[in-house]
Amino acid sequence: MTTALAAPAATPGRAKSLPGGRILLGAAVPLLILGLWWLVTGPLNLFTPTQLPAPQRVLDAGLGLLEDGALYAHVGISVQRVLFGFLLGAITGLLLGSLLGLSRLADGLLHPTVGAFRAVPSLAWVPLILLWVGIGEDGKVLLIAIGAFFPVFTSVHSALRHVDPHLVEAGRAFGYHGTRLLTTVQLPAVVPPVFSGLRLALAQSWLFLVAAELLASSEGLGFLLIESQNNGRVDRLLLAIVLLAILGKTTDALLGIIERKALKTWA
Amino acid sequence: MTSAPAVDRRQYAAASTQSVVPPESVAAESLSVTFNDVGRAFDGRTVLRNVSLTVTPGEVVAILGSSGCGKSTLLRAVGGLDEGFTGDIVIGDSPVTRYDERTAVGFQEPRLLPWRSIRKNVELGLPRDLSKSEGQSRVDELLELVGLAERAHLRPREISGGMAQRASLARALARQPGVLLLDEPFGALDALTRLKMQDLLLDVHAKTGTTVLLVTHDVNEALQLADRILLLGGRGTATAEGATVKSLVSVPGIRPRDRAATDLAQLRSELYAGLGVSSR
Repeated sequence: MTTALAAPAATPGRAKSLPGGRILLGAAVPLLILGLWWLVTGPLNLFTPTQLPAPQRVLDAGLGLLEDGALYAHVGISVQRVLFGFLLGAITGLLLGSLLGLSRLADGLLHPTVGAFRAVPSLAWVPLILLWVGIGEDGKVLLIAIGAFFPVFTSVHSALRHVDPHLVEAGRAFGYHGTRLLTTVQLPAVVPPVFSGLRLALAQSWLFLVAAELLASSEGLGFLLIESQNNGRVDRLLLAIVLLAILGKTTDALLGIIERKALKTWA
Repeated sequence: MTSAPAVDRRQYAAASTQSVVPPESVAAESLSVTFNDVGRAFDGRTVLRNVSLTVTPGEVVAILGSSGCGKSTLLRAVGGLDEGFTGDIVIGDSPVTRYDERTAVGFQEPRLLPWRSIRKNVELGLPRDLSKSEGQSRVDELLELVGLAERAHLRPREISGGMAQRASLARALARQPGVLLLDEPFGALDALTRLKMQDLLLDVHAKTGTTVLLVTHDVNEALQLADRILLLGGRGTATAEGATVKSLVSVPGIRPRDRAATDLAQLRSELYAGLGVSSR
């Protein structure tokens, strides 16, 4: 009998020749943009500071806010809201997606309703949330959770519907059913698609955070945006946007690391 | 059709006579299977009808028939994977139950969980009431038996199709089934690997003594492995009224049989004729 070692051994030669090469490659365009930005605001002087302040001034604005502790508070509360909202939405999505994905009865009963709710553009809930919950912390977290819920729900639901029926039958034939079948066969099988859903949900969470904070808030990055707009502080406005980009990318990368670990174990 | 070199066979014969005493933990209490007027229809279309026979404990019965004749359907019914049949199937002294614990199925595809190592896949077949240490030593023995001890840490995608089927066989044996149900388990393998798997199955049967029901469309495989061959088919070539027992024949000779034996030629051509194929 021959050994068919089909495991892809990657391409060691190329991977070793460029340590961190991909990071350098990915950083090229942002650095280029930064250079252009500096060029058109500084030496070329094409824009007034109220139109487009220089990178240095944005950095100064950040350092200024850092000194009086305001930046820390803005970032902290925004991250907290995203985290809570994402967790609430993702957990609800996992539970409801599992229920509808596994039970034909629950699917028949609830899927049309969930589908109808999904058809409502999520921001349309804002006025209702304002009236019912108020736009305090609870309202914001709820809005973010709504944004995070649907990608997770959809991915779990459809992945569970498409688990290889052969594997499920084999599991049943060896005496697995109910929760044991779920944790032994069905959940591990859906790990890869569920992670795509989770990453989409995280991006949605940041989107809905800004929406919630733009509407009504006294702190947070969305508040910093709207306040800077009102005060004509374009430097702070750009700062908030850059921070959102960095935070969004960082949280996505963290989730990506967890995803890679999970895929190594489950796929 | 294929035939193995005679040298190979003699070696194997020697190997399996040496191990007459079954090791404690892979030995099973083999059970009888009684079919009483079993039939099955899907959406009003009859696939199987009036199947009656008794398989004695420890016997190897091959279920032979052309594709779509209901061989697998019959096997699934014994395993409790299908409850839509009519008539009675009795295992030992009680009727078959849903996902019957007294049986174990070796599917046509290995159906291993791709995210688990071979060892963890074999563990899947262990009965739940077994202690952890007992389970581990049984898995060790089975991996040894199917020759996968060295590769137990690998994932299913890292091994060949033949090895995957051996892992699947070990998983089925892990619950010490009273009846082992094999659904064309070697059908997707290449000819040479298939012969080796047949020898392995005989070895396993010699060691465990379990009753084996083997679905196959390979006449030579049936002749090589079975005590008796159940030929399923319809009247003539039309199967509109469903397949039933066309013939039930005992295979002469003691296993392991010589693959090149001439005394089976008559039976072989009869079976081919029964399948509607000319053996010439």
